[in-house]
Amino acid sequence: MNAEALLLSLRLALCVSAILFVLGMPLAYWLAYSRRRWKFLLEALVALPLVLPPTVLGFYMLLAMGPRGPLGKFWYAVFGHGLAFTFAGLVIASVLYSLPFAVQPLVASFETVDRKLLDASAVLGANRLRTFCRIILPLSVPGIITALVLSFAHTLGEFGVVLMVGGNLAGVTRTVSIDIYDRVQSLDYAGANRTALLLLLISFTVLAAVYGINRRAGRRAWLPWSAK
Amino acid sequence: MAAVEREMSSANLAVRVAKMLRGVASPPFLLDIDVEVPPGFTILFGPSGAGKSTLLDCIAGLTRPDTGRIAANGDLLFESAKKINVPPQHRQVSYVFQSLALFPHMTVEANVAYGLPDLPEQQRCARVSEILQMFRVEKLRSRKPREISGGEQQRIALARSLVTLPRVLLLDEPLTGLDSELKASIIDDLRAWNAAQKIPILYVTHSREEVDALGERVIALVHGKIVSEGTPREVLDAPRRKKLAQAAGFENLFSGTVLDLREADGVMRVRLANTACEIEVPLGHASPGDHVRVAVRAGDILLAAEMPRGLSARNILEGKIVSIERRGALVVVRVDCGVTFTVHVTPGAERTLELATEKKVWLVLKTHSCHFVED
Repeated sequence: MNAEALLLSLRLALCVSAILFVLGMPLAYWLAYSRRRWKFLLEALVALPLVLPPTVLGFYMLLAMGPRGPLGKFWYAVFGHGLAFTFAGLVIASVLYSLPFAVQPLVASFETVDRKLLDASAVLGANRLRTFCRIILPLSVPGIITALVLSFAHTLGEFGVVLMVGGNLAGVTRTVSIDIYDRVQSLDYAGANRTALLLLLISFTVLAAVYGINRRAGRRAWLPWSAK
Repeated sequence: MAAVEREMSSANLAVRVAKMLRGVASPPFLLDIDVEVPPGFTILFGPSGAGKSTLLDCIAGLTRPDTGRIAANGDLLFESAKKINVPPQHRQVSYVFQSLALFPHMTVEANVAYGLPDLPEQQRCARVSEILQMFRVEKLRSRKPREISGGEQQRIALARSLVTLPRVLLLDEPLTGLDSELKASIIDDLRAWNAAQKIPILYVTHSREEVDALGERVIALVHGKIVSEGTPREVLDAPRRKKLAQAAGFENLFSGTVLDLREADGVMRVRLANTACEIEVPLGHASPGDHVRVAVRAGDILLAAEMPRGLSARNILEGKIVSIERRGALVVVRVDCGVTFTVHVTPGAERTLELATEKKVWLVLKTHSCHFVED
C-alpha cells in the first residue's frame, strides 16, 4: 500500500473540507434565504459538478489554470509559478468539484429552520449575524456535519478531476485513487486491492456516521441521490 | 437607528398603511388601515384572512407596506415618502406569534434572556428572574420548551417579549387552545404588567370569548378595512358586515329585498329571500329594491306556542318546528318560516311550551334585534 498517496489524499480532503466549510456557509445562507429572481441560476451552477463528468470539469479547470488561462496567469503573477499539476491547483479544482456536497446539505438544513424563529429573533433585537450564530447554526448541526463529512469523503475518492489537473506526480498530485489505477495498469492487483479496500472502509464508515447522526437528529440525511 | 426621528406626539402607536395582499385562496385585496392605538389593550377582531396578522407584521417590520407611515411614541418606524424603514431589530416592538416561536434548543432562561444581550450578566439574570416570577414560571427556568405544557409555553413567550421593555406589544392569538380559566389567569398577569408599563398592546383574536374577557376597545377588521371601532358591545352586537356577523356569532343570516323605507319611524321593511316573510329592521343605508342581508342572534328571538297579541315587537312570524337539539343548558330549535330560523331557548321553556317537531309556533323579533348587514 502506498502510504504517501494515502497521506496526500487525506491532506487534500482536509484542506478542501476546511475551505468548503468557510466558503459554503455564506453561499448556502444566500441560497436558502435570498429572494432574488435569478437565484435558480446559481443553484444550477452549484449543482453542476453532480452531473458533469469529472473529465469535463477537469478539462476546463486545466485550461483555466494553464499558463494562458486566467487563473494560471493570476497565480503566476502572485506566486511566481504555474498552478497546473501542483497541490494548490488540485485543491482549487477539488473545491469546485465537491461544492454541491457541502452547499446542498447546508441549504437543506437552513431551509428547515422555522422562519418564525428567525422573525422572533429579529423582533427581539438580534441582527442577521446574531440570528445566524445563535439560531440557524445550532439548529443546523446535523446538516453541517453532513456537509463536512460528505465534502471530505467525496474529495478523498475523486479521480477524474485529479487526473486532468494534477496528473500523476508522486507526493504532489498522486492521490490514492490514482495510485490504485497505476497498480491495476501495472497488474499489481494485490497492491490495488489493499488500497481499494481501505478506501472502501473509510467511505463506508463516513457514510454510516452521516446517516447515524441524521437519524439521531430525527431527519433524513441529505445525499445527492436522495435530494428533493 | 439613524433613521429614527423624534416628533411631537403622545405615547401612542400611529399606523397608516396600505398594502396589496395576495392571498392563497382569495383574489388580491387592499389592506388599508389608518388607526391610532393608545396605551392599554386594543383588540383587533375579525375573520381569518382579513389582514390582521399582516398588519402586525407591518408594525413589527417583518413585512413592508406599499405605502404609509408608522410611528411609536413619536419615533418614526416607517414612512414610504421619506424612504424610512427601520429594521425589526431596531423597532423595540415585541411580537408574540400564534406559534409562539420559542427557540427549541435553548432553555426557558436562555429564551427569555435572548433579547438582553447587552446587559451585564448580573442585571440580565435579575431581569429574567423578575419577569419569570411575574408570570409564575420561575421553576421552569432550566427546562427546554418541549418539556413544558402549552400554557407554560405561552407564559414564557409573553415573558420573553416583555422582558426587553418594548414600546409596543403585538399579540397574535397568543392564547388559542387554552381553557378559559388558564386564559383568564394569563390575561390577569398581562394586565398587571401593563398597569406598570403603559404601552399600546394590540391583541389579535377571532374568539368572541377572548374579546369579552379582555373587554376593552375593539377594532373590527374585515377584508383589509376597519369596519367598526368601539367597545365590544358596540362593535360585535351591531355588526354591519356579513363576515363579521358570522365571526361574532349571529346564527341567523338571511338575504332579502328592501320593500320600503319608513324614515319617520326609523325603520324599513325587508322581504326575506323568496318568501312571504316580511320583517321590520332599523333604517339602513339602502333604497327600495336593494338586496340586503339581515342578521339576528338566535338568543334574541322569542318563541311562542300561541299567536302572541299586544306586544310592542313588530315582527311576528308563523312557522313550524323542524328540529330540536339539546346542547348542554341550551336548546337549539330550528323553525321553518319560509326560511329556517335558529332559536335558542332554555330546557325549562322547551318543557313548558311542550315543543316538538312539526308543532306550529310563532317567532317574535324586536326590530332592533334585526341587524342590517352589508356584504
